[in-house]
Amino acid sequence: MTATMQGQVALVTGASRGIGKAIAEQLAAQGVKVIGTATSESGAAAISAYLGEHGEGRQLDVTSADSVAEVLKAIDENYGQLDILVNNAGITKDNLLMRLKDEDWDAVLDTNLKSVYRLSKAVLRGMMKRRHGRIINIASVVGTTGNPGQTNYCAAKAGLLGFSKALAQEVAGRGITVNSVAPGFIDTDMTKALTEEQKQAIFANIPAARLGQPEEIAAAVVFLASPGAAYITGETIHVNGGLAMV
Amino acid sequence: MSTIEERVKKIIIEQLGVKEEEVKPEASFENDLGADSLDTVELVMALEEEFETEIPDEEAEKIKTVQAAIDYVTNHAND
Repeated sequence: MTATMQGQVALVTGASRGIGKAIAEQLAAQGVKVIGTATSESGAAAISAYLGEHGEGRQLDVTSADSVAEVLKAIDENYGQLDILVNNAGITKDNLLMRLKDEDWDAVLDTNLKSVYRLSKAVLRGMMKRRHGRIINIASVVGTTGNPGQTNYCAAKAGLLGFSKALAQEVAGRGITVNSVAPGFIDTDMTKALTEEQKQAIFANIPAARLGQPEEIAAAVVFLASPGAAYITGETIHVNGGLAMV
Repeated sequence: MSTIEERVKKIIIEQLGVKEEEVKPEASFENDLGADSLDTVELVMALEEEFETEIPDEEAEKIKTVQAAIDYVTNHAND
């Protein structure tokens, strides 16, 4: 297959570190212009620094419709198109349900799920017109298996999978695919926040007997974004070292 | 200069891939011209661009026939 992703434009949310950074770097390595976002100005600057001539970092609050509109307008003006949207930005606010605060439920649902609705809706118009687009949502194994202490996060990630499948059916006829990548336990700041008790329980169940690396998630995202994956839609690729086979 | 009616009909023909003679005023996009719901969303997008206007969702939902599209644009277009 000679088709490449050279010259395409991608938006990757939550790209200052961890999985998002690895995704942005690997897309850039394919010749894709990448706009990576971070919540802080310093995060955006860090993204610009590592992307260099391959793209830029921008400040984005995924929970704000105005902020989303502003970034998409800038992409339209500076790049003229958006081929790939990677919804990666996410947060955790863990607690047992009995102790979970309303604001922690709302924050996780808004940042991890409603943001995907917001961004996907905003980019669809351009993708439909050009009859081409890739929306890739970063879910989580716990959206399928559940995890105590993460009712909010698990609900958001499970919601993401349903969203992806429904949207995939709506826009498949327009050359747009919508897929999810569900990481298992990956070596990032987010998993460093897990308690020792949580970690021990998890490691005992990973056949690969190690944490995954962000680059191993990025590889699946790049595949789904590539021309070769045009016939795959509504699918979830689990990348979890065998932790859950679903 | 084409009339509004001609421009609207041209967009319908292009978007829905139908023949000119099928685009009668009373023709329904979904029932007569074979459009699905997403086709009608795209049709409204195309009308918005051609006439440089923004059609609110609640108005867009009422544009179900060729005549309704012509009427909307006639009453709201900037040019």
